[in-house]
Amino acid sequence: MTDPVLEIDRLTKSFGALCVTDDVTVTLMPGECHALIGPNGAGKSTLVHQVSGLVRPDRGRILFQGRDVTALSQHARAQAGLGRSFQITSIIPEFTALENVALAAQARAGKSFRFFRDAGRERALNETARACLGQLGLGDRGDLVAGELSHGEKRLLELAIALAGAPKALLLDEPMAGMGRAESATLTQTLLGLKARYPMLLIEHDMEAVFTLADRVSVLVAGAIVATGTPKEIRNNPQARAAYLGEATA
Amino acid sequence: MTASALSAAADGRPAGRRCAVGIALGIFVLLALTPLLSQLYGGGYLTTLAMRAMILAIAAISLDLLIGQGGMVSFGHAAFVALGAYAYGIAIDEGVYSIFAILPAAFAAAGLFALVTGAISLRTRGVYFIMITLAFAQMLYFAMGSLSRYGADDGLTLWSSADVAGTGLLKSDTGLFLSILAALVGVWLLVNRIAVSRFGRVLRAARQNPTRVATMGYSVFRYRLTAYVIAALIAALAGVFWGAQANFVSPAIGSWQRSGDLIAIVVLGGMGSRNGALIGALFLVFIEEVLSGITHDWRLIFGPMLVLIALYAHGGLAGWIERLQGPRRSGGG
Ligand SMILES: Nc1ncnc2c1ncn2[C@@H]1O[C@H](COP(=O)(O)OP(=O)(O)OP(=O)(O)O)[C@@H](O)[C@H]1O
Ligand SMILES: [Mg+2]
Repeated sequence: MTDPVLEIDRLTKSFGALCVTDDVTVTLMPGECHALIGPNGAGKSTLVHQVSGLVRPDRGRILFQGRDVTALSQHARAQAGLGRSFQITSIIPEFTALENVALAAQARAGKSFRFFRDAGRERALNETARACLGQLGLGDRGDLVAGELSHGEKRLLELAIALAGAPKALLLDEPMAGMGRAESATLTQTLLGLKARYPMLLIEHDMEAVFTLADRVSVLVAGAIVATGTPKEIRNNPQARAAYLGEATA
Repeated sequence: MTASALSAAADGRPAGRRCAVGIALGIFVLLALTPLLSQLYGGGYLTTLAMRAMILAIAAISLDLLIGQGGMVSFGHAAFVALGAYAYGIAIDEGVYSIFAILPAAFAAAGLFALVTGAISLRTRGVYFIMITLAFAQMLYFAMGSLSRYGADDGLTLWSSADVAGTGLLKSDTGLFLSILAALVGVWLLVNRIAVSRFGRVLRAARQNPTRVATMGYSVFRYRLTAYVIAALIAALAGVFWGAQANFVSPAIGSWQRSGDLIAIVVLGGMGSRNGALIGALFLVFIEEVLSGITHDWRLIFGPMLVLIALYAHGGLAGWIERLQGPRRSGGG
């Protein structure tokens, strides 16, 4: 068997008395899209925060490409190839869309302790950035200030930033949050196209997207995984239905 | 973080950039003419005033690298100016006259102090960062006041000047003036290059959204610390000139009021803009000169002025001037 790209191993995290991550074990295989679903406040985002290094777990380990990254800082994990997007859009608002993505490409290119050359004129960075924007249909938005893009465009920019870092795995926290039906459907198709290249841990409330994209689905309720299986299995799993699907697909 | 909205547009756009370069050029030419004007009236008075303003501008430009670009509101920046000034003063007092020995000493002192205090201060943010930079500056202030060998609180009067490879460059008023002007132009160029460089881009992005920058793979701390050290080195250069120009150094150079003045200059001029700190420094010296001719309590007038500019002149004086220049250029795009 192949080894998982990402292994979340018995992770536990409490905020005071509230246990938001309760002995969670999740794996992400090469080429896989593993969806994480669950009701509001279940602890999905907090789990992703722990994987990306934003939040420290109390116990447990995170292995990325076989390497224990639990003690690494956010930037070290990103450099190791963990890319992510945020549920609440996180971009550089005063930069243009192109600059946002070029900055991410620059991190990948290394050598950012350069003080004199105009980074905005570096062709290699700008071309990578343009290609990433193009992949998400933002090709003609590069010169706009990111903070002034529409909500849907900002969501896509967020993804373009993640892609420009040439990640070895993607953590996507509700990429469709706040998007209209048509936008969601387009993004689902885009992600479908990206799936082959980037293993994804996908948090999403949009069930259509989840069942189109996911190879496996895990259901998180009150910090604990209550079921893991193929989309079909999860659809028929009574526990999962009771906890979540019942209300979502009614 | 803190200084975000104000610095928005000035960074990248070519049209704004050209306009800003033109304004800077105009200012430099005007400054270069002051010794000539000075000969027409006032004797050396205007030249001295211009030198003080330019030294202040060098220090303020370096602080703007921290505040405007990095979002680090340091309330102890005058400490680095004082370190440069003391390196100069102590060297001269001890009979070390070569500027090629004095400058490295000043840079080493300021750079080391910045590296250590920055590494600690930058673990905090916002108000705590303001507090802790102030605390370190105060420590240095009292340490300098206790140097009994070098005049303690009263400061140290210098009876000779530094030597530049056997020339009297820093000994004549004109030579000193031209040296300071050259340094100012150099520092202005350097900091504006940094702003658009790879390094500066990371620094500016981290001001707006440090978490995002970290998840791109950048150690925000290392970039901020590097900027902190660069700013300290530039401030120390200003300090060396301060000593050379005043022929007197005292702990007051590094007092918290001086640090506050530098922040005021940066805010007044327009944070994170190409010319804000430069214009702010010239304006402050000019206004102090004019107002203190009217009343001894000139700060009573200056204070409300600062408030008004902070409230109404979006982007400070530099932003205001650029809007005068190109009112039809649409904002934001
Ligand atoms: N820093 C924090 N301190 C205390 N409690 C927190 C913190 N962050 C999150 N929580 C709480 O932890 C729980 C899980 O939050 P989390 O954001 O991970 O849920 P989620 O599954 O992503 O929900 P949603 O679907 O609404 O995005 C919530 O009850 C939330 O209030
Ligand atoms: Mg969430």
